Amino acid sequence: MGIRKIELEVMRYDPEKDEAPHFQSYTVPCEEDWAILDAINYVKDNLDTTLAYRWSCHMMVCGSCGMMVNGEPSLTCKTFVRELPDKVRIEPLENFPIERDLVVVLDDVMQKLHKVQPYIIRKDPPPEGKEFTQSRGQLAIFKQLTMCINCMCCYAACPQYGLDKDFIGPAALALAHRYNRDSRDQGKSDRLDILADHDGVWECSFVGACSEVCPKHVDPAAAIQQMKIDGAMEFWKQKLGMPGDKS
Amino acid sequence: MSRRPYNRPMSTTTWYMRNSRYKVYVLRELTSFLVAFYTFLTIFALGALATSPERWNDFLASQQSTAMIVFHGLALLYFLFYQTFPWFKLAPKAMPIHLGEKKLPDSFIIVGHYVAWIVISAFIFWLAGVI
Repeated sequence: MGIRKIELEVMRYDPEKDEAPHFQSYTVPCEEDWAILDAINYVKDNLDTTLAYRWSCHMMVCGSCGMMVNGEPSLTCKTFVRELPDKVRIEPLENFPIERDLVVVLDDVMQKLHKVQPYIIRKDPPPEGKEFTQSRGQLAIFKQLTMCINCMCCYAACPQYGLDKDFIGPAALALAHRYNRDSRDQGKSDRLDILADHDGVWECSFVGACSEVCPKHVDPAAAIQQMKIDGAMEFWKQKLGMPGDKS
Repeated sequence: MSRRPYNRPMSTTTWYMRNSRYKVYVLRELTSFLVAFYTFLTIFALGALATSPERWNDFLASQQSTAMIVFHGLALLYFLFYQTFPWFKLAPKAMPIHLGEKKLPDSFIIVGHYVAWIVISAFIFWLAGVI
């Protein structure tokens, strides 16, 4: 395996010194099997200890190393140097304020994740003395949605969120749908007001970029369109006086 | 040490130039102008039909000029490539069908849409006396 030198153009921002972010270039000798995260780690360990960025597991589980790699929201532990040109531009995730260098402020989406009540809500008491049963078919309906690791690449890809920060956004809506589709959950009506609100599913215009960049193939765009259908059905059920989720 | 997060606002006028994904999306959304045009054209045609046989024949003649035939042809191609094909491709996302543990393959739903489209089109052509 040979060493290949690439030029990493990294966005830097020091809130105590800089008025605005700027780019700094580093030449990094990369092993053939390196991910971009390895190249960034090389910079931190050997060239510039002041570089700030988030990472933890290096195996697509923690979701903390999401960055823009040549303009594409990517998990840097999953994006390999061998698939990229000799010059690679690294920026913090789009659509989020920059805290420092490659670290972004995630407070807004954390609040939105909380807002959709992403947990099992029960109206009836749980089965006494035994666990909930769920068939494999019932699990299959929402299993893909449980794969989200909150890397927020979908928010960085979503122009709707970029233009309107009130939009609840892809990951939080997909998470809501995950619980709405769970056979053990009875909280669909509790989530309806938030999801069917102006800043909920109807703010999505189905660009589909969230699903294309999702490193875990969660497909938030699909979840949101399904929720639109659910919401429309609920609207007509109410209009026609039929029993619905809200009744 | 103080916090001073830097905001990078998205341009409300040029955001779609950022990548090809956004450009394709905007081209898809621009088909709405053609939808509006054909809505007005239909209203205009109904108006002509209700007024007099002469006005109706004038309308038909206006649509048979070379320029209008080229326009309708280009509009049809634009609709097919930026509206019909993309939406049919996306249909399985909005309406997945689960059969127990298995999901009905996307191709079934996509083909179903094409079949429905052809049947409805054939019915309209039959109604119009074309076939």
